[in-house]
Amino acid sequence: MSEHIVQPRVYIVIFLALMVGTTLTVVAAFYDFPGPLNAVVALTIAVIKATLVVLYFMHVRYSGRLVWLVIVAALLWLAIMFAITFSDYWTRAWQPPF
Amino acid sequence: MAEGLATTHEHAAHPALQHHFENMEQQREAGTLGMWVFLVTEIMFFGGMFLAYTLYRYQFPAAFVSASNHLDITLGAINTAVLIVSSFTMAMAVYSTQIGRQRATILCLILTMILGATFLGIKAVEYRDKYNDHLIPGRLIPSRRFGPEIAKPGETDKHKLHLVEGATVQNVELFYWIYFAMTGMHALHMIIGLGIMLVLLIMAWRGRFSPEYHAPVEISGLYWHFVDIIWIFLFPLLYLLGRHLEGHGG
Repeated sequence: MSEHIVQPRVYIVIFLALMVGTTLTVVAAFYDFPGPLNAVVALTIAVIKATLVVLYFMHVRYSGRLVWLVIVAALLWLAIMFAITFSDYWTRAWQPPF
Repeated sequence: MAEGLATTHEHAAHPALQHHFENMEQQREAGTLGMWVFLVTEIMFFGGMFLAYTLYRYQFPAAFVSASNHLDITLGAINTAVLIVSSFTMAMAVYSTQIGRQRATILCLILTMILGATFLGIKAVEYRDKYNDHLIPGRLIPSRRFGPEIAKPGETDKHKLHLVEGATVQNVELFYWIYFAMTGMHALHMIIGLGIMLVLLIMAWRGRFSPEYHAPVEISGLYWHFVDIIWIFLFPLLYLLGRHLEGHGG
């Protein structure tokens, strides 16, 4: 597999998308969405921006499977760290059933 | 190198090829993979701080909203844009080496460094504001312990801390511990990044890179973009969440 050269126009499109995302997230922050939706909106935009950077600026879209495996493994372990920690804190206030 | 092995490398003898790799292609891919493994350790390192942030935001939402709203959203947004532009110029530096344009590479690297330094400068202004408002947590600066002035209901002085209902000053201080730990570690990564850019700049100046060999630029680019991604998450989490509650309560 030879090196894939990403063209400048791809970089420009991604750059503009990131700028739009930044503007959107700032504007959205001042809207009062119902419930926890403010956090959901902010994090969704952040995840989309990060994904664009990883796929295009960091060339992962054109990288081999081994790179994908390493990244997925990292996210999996990160999720485990969050899930197990929160399974503790989230349930601390629960009343015992009997 | 053993006599027998030398022949296998004869036709592909790029001066930058290390003897334990078959060819430049394999060498480049191994380097990229190695960098990603390092970035995984970085993800877990910052992940611990993101976890601490999430946990305490979940436990003390009112204090986190109060503290968040005290941060300067304009400077934060400008810094986000500055970092995104710097990621773009870094990507263009990689592209320039891939097509073998030395002067464009040097220009892009210099632009990236200027933008990185701009980010740190704005960050320094923000830190100074926090110092002036007595928001440096604990006794990090012994002569200026944590002790912000609390705004009374209806007051609009933005140097005073506006507490929303249910927030305590102690928990606001907790936010600032996390704020300084996370932005401080991020800034440290930026400073290291600037050092790496300087090395790349010297290498580019000496004509070390070519379409066949530019792994250092590619790999340093991965690092730079990673630091950008950390900020892409820090900005909404630290500056934006709770903004819609500004002015509520007192």
